[in-house]
Amino acid sequence: MRDKVKYMFLMLSFILIIAGIYRGEAGEVLEKAIDICLECIGIG
Amino acid sequence: MGSFKRRMVQFASTLIGNGYFKGFAKGTIYRGKLKSFCFPGLNCYSCPGAYTSCPIGSLQSVAVGLKHQVSLYVIGLLMLIGTIGGRFVCGWLCPFGLFQELLYKIPSKKYKMPKFLSKLKYFFLTVFVLLLPALFTNEVGIGLPYFCKYICPAGTLEASLPLIIRNAALRRAIGIMYYWKLLLLGVTVILAVLFSRPFCRVVCPLGAIYSLFNRVSFYQMNVDSSKCIKCDICNKNCPVDIKIYENANSPECIRCGICMGKCPTKAIGSGFKTGKRRMEDEKVLDTGSGTHSCH
Repeated sequence: MRDKVKYMFLMLSFILIIAGIYRGEAGEVLEKAIDICLECIGIG
Repeated sequence: MGSFKRRMVQFASTLIGNGYFKGFAKGTIYRGKLKSFCFPGLNCYSCPGAYTSCPIGSLQSVAVGLKHQVSLYVIGLLMLIGTIGGRFVCGWLCPFGLFQELLYKIPSKKYKMPKFLSKLKYFFLTVFVLLLPALFTNEVGIGLPYFCKYICPAGTLEASLPLIIRNAALRRAIGIMYYWKLLLLGVTVILAVLFSRPFCRVVCPLGAIYSLFNRVSFYQMNVDSSKCIKCDICNKNCPVDIKIYENANSPECIRCGICMGKCPTKAIGSGFKTGKRRMEDEKVLDTGSGTHSCH
């Protein structure tokens, strides 16, 4: 049973990554991460 | 030897993940395409040396935007890493975990963390990382990365301090929030000297996510119950204070492997277990001469 669950999670993770890339989220992550996050450093 | 190997991997991971040294020299950050990938450990993407993004920062940065409230991409990446190794990342790859381990080496009186506090990290994950950034937005629908803004001391250490030192414009913008973050970092440092890995155990939302996969991950810890004499040496040396012989794949286990090196009877093992490998283990156990797989 546990084996089935881990393979299910593995498959689901690939599906989520592909769906996320398809929705343009990798670009969104990049767009935010290339600028200094002022909130993270306690200024924003 | 195992402990030395792990320390080297921790340093290598920290250096590779933060290898953009030009950023430290100039007080700027890396702006290349690698930033669309997430680092597996907690590593602020505003660190001048960071080549990749922080997964917790990315989860929030997508949620605070106008397009999506949940990032399937980041959740998928974290699920993939968790399914492979569970909290292996915490014990071997996380720069902030390494920072706390080094602080704990400072000689002082050491204290045990009350166990119930470990549940708090799920609160920080749910409220500060998932709910608040997606639900509390301004008039135009933009939210805030609440965990990064109000809680995370990793950003202060890895990003804020090096940037403020080298960047005059940022220095001029310092306000009350900066001092709040500095205070949080100071408290974390003091607690990390007194308690083993306090941030990982009580606050870290990334550890909370990976912990959900410890039981089902491909990488598993196991204890041979026929060899274990319950001497508790594993527990006394465990950085997160668990009894591995009671629950080999506890959500709290960071898979550092210290217990394996300390066990006098070599009862503790670990490895990648697939269905085929598990059946082979069980077959050996049936003959009475093999190791006991915990799952």
